[in-house]
Amino acid sequence: MHVVYPAIVSALLFSIGVYGVLARRNTILVLMSVELMLNAVNLNLVVFDVWLRDRLHGGQVLTLFVIVIAAAEIGLGLAIVLALYRNRQTVDLDHLRALAEPSPPGVTATSDATPGTDPAIPGTALAHATSGDETAPSAAGPERTSGRREDS
Amino acid sequence: MIIFAALAVLLPFLSAAAGLLGSRWPGHARDEQGDERANRRAAWVAVVPTGISAVLAGWLAATHGAGFGGGEVLTSSPSGGTGNGGPGTDGVTGTLTVVDTGSIPISVGLVVDDLAATAGVLVTVVALAVQIYSVGYLRGDRRYPSYSAFISLFTSAMLLVVYAADLLVLYVGWEIMGLCSYLLIGHWWEDRANSRAAVKAFLVTRLGDVGFLFGIFVLGAAADSFKINDVLAAVPQMSSGTLIAATLLLLAGVAGKSAQVPLHTWLPDAMAGPTPISALIHAATMVAAGIFIVARLYPAFLAAGPTLDVLAVLAALGMLGAALAALAQDDLKRVLAYSTISQLAYMAAALAAGSDSAAIFHLVTHGAFKALLFLCAGAVIHAVGSNLMSMMGGLRKELPITFVTMTIGFAALMGLPPASGFFSKDEVLAAVEQAVSQGPLTDAAALLLYGSALATVAVTGAYSTRAWLRTFFGTRPIVALPEPAPGTARVIETHEAPATMKWPIIVLAVPALLLGLVRIADVHWGTAGLSVAVALLGAGAVYAVWRSDPLSDPARMLGPLRAPCERAFYVDSVYQWVFARPVLALARLVVRTDDRVVDGAVRGSGRVTLGLSGLVRLTQNGNAQLYVTGLLAGVLLISVGAVMFG
Amino acid sequence: MTEAVPSYLSPTGQEIIFLLLGAVAVGSGLLVVTTRQLVHAALWLVVCFGALAGCYLVLTAEFVAWVQVLIYVGAVVVLLLFGIMLTRAPIGRSADLDSGNKIVAAVVAVATAAVLVTVVIDGFRTAYTPLDPGAGAAKELGSAIFRNWVLPFEALSVLLLAALIGAIVISRTDIRGRD
Repeated sequence: MHVVYPAIVSALLFSIGVYGVLARRNTILVLMSVELMLNAVNLNLVVFDVWLRDRLHGGQVLTLFVIVIAAAEIGLGLAIVLALYRNRQTVDLDHLRALAEPSPPGVTATSDATPGTDPAIPGTALAHATSGDETAPSAAGPERTSGRREDS
Repeated sequence: MIIFAALAVLLPFLSAAAGLLGSRWPGHARDEQGDERANRRAAWVAVVPTGISAVLAGWLAATHGAGFGGGEVLTSSPSGGTGNGGPGTDGVTGTLTVVDTGSIPISVGLVVDDLAATAGVLVTVVALAVQIYSVGYLRGDRRYPSYSAFISLFTSAMLLVVYAADLLVLYVGWEIMGLCSYLLIGHWWEDRANSRAAVKAFLVTRLGDVGFLFGIFVLGAAADSFKINDVLAAVPQMSSGTLIAATLLLLAGVAGKSAQVPLHTWLPDAMAGPTPISALIHAATMVAAGIFIVARLYPAFLAAGPTLDVLAVLAALGMLGAALAALAQDDLKRVLAYSTISQLAYMAAALAAGSDSAAIFHLVTHGAFKALLFLCAGAVIHAVGSNLMSMMGGLRKELPITFVTMTIGFAALMGLPPASGFFSKDEVLAAVEQAVSQGPLTDAAALLLYGSALATVAVTGAYSTRAWLRTFFGTRPIVALPEPAPGTARVIETHEAPATMKWPIIVLAVPALLLGLVRIADVHWGTAGLSVAVALLGAGAVYAVWRSDPLSDPARMLGPLRAPCERAFYVDSVYQWVFARPVLALARLVVRTDDRVVDGAVRGSGRVTLGLSGLVRLTQNGNAQLYVTGLLAGVLLISVGAVMFG
Repeated sequence: MTEAVPSYLSPTGQEIIFLLLGAVAVGSGLLVVTTRQLVHAALWLVVCFGALAGCYLVLTAEFVAWVQVLIYVGAVVVLLLFGIMLTRAPIGRSADLDSGNKIVAAVVAVATAAVLVTVVIDGFRTAYTPLDPGAGAAKELGSAIFRNWVLPFEALSVLLLAALIGAIVISRTDIRGRD
């Protein structure tokens, strides 16, 4: 058996996996593509094991290990996908943009109205109003300040 | 011996440090009581070390130098040149340490000879008087502690100049004096004019100091040593070109410090400082430093004839111009300031004429009587609340002591016997007269100097009389006094000054009156008679004009000359136009260039970076797939590269 | 490895079978990443894995082949199908399974394939191995694992346990991290 044949099949499968990972939108499809890539690697491992006649059967044993690890990976991956779906109601990769840096303030008008900054504005305005209310009478009459001092 | 000189120099310095650091320590009371306590402590800290220094300087002068009181050492013939015992002939030199610089070492050393001992006594006595006087003059001033500390520092620096045995050590003291002068003139810096005057004094003297420093370098390089003795010993071996260059450069520093034409403009403005400062710095000591330096390095100057000619012309211009300017001023302190310039020009004239002993003699007597005049003027200003003579008049009844002492001062200034100024001015005139026939000067310069000196005697008599009459005689104009400016004393009741101000005046009046008598044997009666006659002529003219109308200013007799005189011949304006405006314009140009070009480049690069980063961040859109795509593409490229080129 | 390489123009029966199975695997793999139906993708994945198991068989790796069938076809794909159901993916055609990255992805993938195939052909043109059956039997592999690879095997069991716990923790909503 020419070693080139399985090696080429493996290379093609790997490239298909790459395409799937890069082009697919659905996260589960991306996971499938990852499985394709892993299988391509497995095929390589097996054929080199056979070719090199490894006395320890390292290639095939490693293939088994990879299969096990792939199973674990798919379990964890699906758990993550499910958690994602619960939180975001979507599993589309290009809707998940939390990696991006938030836009700096002032670049666009809409970016200012992010939920994080919104509540702060009325809060500060309120603080100004209350502090103004407190300082005005204390500046007006010394007796009131002294009274307040006794109170405190 | 040297250790005492070092002690005399160091004591005021330590007192300055203590006054600056310790006046308010411990405790930080910033109220009235705290201020008063700090002032009292600062006064003790300032006065006592200065007093000890004065005693030490007096002792040095008495034991070692035979001093000025002995009179023998200074009695060389006017054209005798290095009559003042060329430094090192009988002086005591001590080197404290040697700073190795790699080329010419700097020896930190002091020298006590006649010149230094005499000047040291002058400095310490005047400084002591000023310190005591300031206690009363600045009573209640919150910044008195720093003020007195600066005076101490100044005294220390001046003593360093006087006793220094090395040119670079001397230069250290020289520069510290410039700094203290700046700090003290700007004492009332709240007023913009005062801080401007301080900056002006600093800049103008610094301009001269640059020349001075390079003069030192030229001398030091030519003599291969900075020690004054070595330098003077090497003078005969130097080429005349070197000597002329060095002395002309030194002359720039001298003109700056001693307020000689053309660097004199800072002195009248410096009257913005407190009056005791005017007395200390701008009459008795700092301006004397320039003359002192010339006397110190006199053999070098004598060997450089053209320099002496330049000095003679400058002195001739300065003495007459300043005296005329003094005649037209209304501000009492400015009158005295211009008179200082004029009198310093006398000393320069004596030096140019080849008689350093006459110059030093006049320096000492002038230091005494000008300090006296300034302190009296301070008392008058303190009493009246204004610097302007048009606000004064008839004060002789209200301020009898000041009247008497100031009369002595004016008499000395005019050169009337038996006041000290009579004797010193006579020696100067005699020296100048002799220079016409023989001496180092060219004939034209000598003649110009002599004519100018005689004319100045007349004008001096005129302006002294004018100031005297307008201050103490006549009636006081009834004018609603304005708020006292920060530059004047706050007290406006007309009464005699407090004791701390009164006693220094009285004490200073004694040498101002009697100091000249030690040289009574040397009077050239012919010259003296001529000088007194000319002075009285000027005085009589002013008196006649004043009698005709006691209320108006006798300066009106100058006629159309009055306005130029009042503005000191527009020198300030010329400088303003020739130097200040172009420099300001250049500065504005530089600022604008800095703002537009340099900052513009910086801001522009920031903006370009921001724009480029905006482009880059377009790819950072959070899409993980895009990132992985880029990653894999990069890996591909690398592996292709590795395969192809590896 | 040094013996003469038989001609590529006269393939043996094993090679023909392997190439057919490989073609099936590659073709179904392509369908996995291009189909417009989510469930079909999972099913094509089964075909692909099955074809790969056949390849393993041809390459005399029997045990690996059976494990492939058991775990991949039996477990992983079923798990994926559960995932598809649980995320309420639409059954049937959906137009937006590909993201906008498609063209770039295709370019990168083709480039990857080109590089890999070039390198592989360049590197293994002369490599040839005769196949002797039984080399990958369960007995051989079992003795290899439990004689020589025991320690990695045990470590792997711990890894599996950790993955199990991790998956549970991530997917359960009533377990919260410490605040």
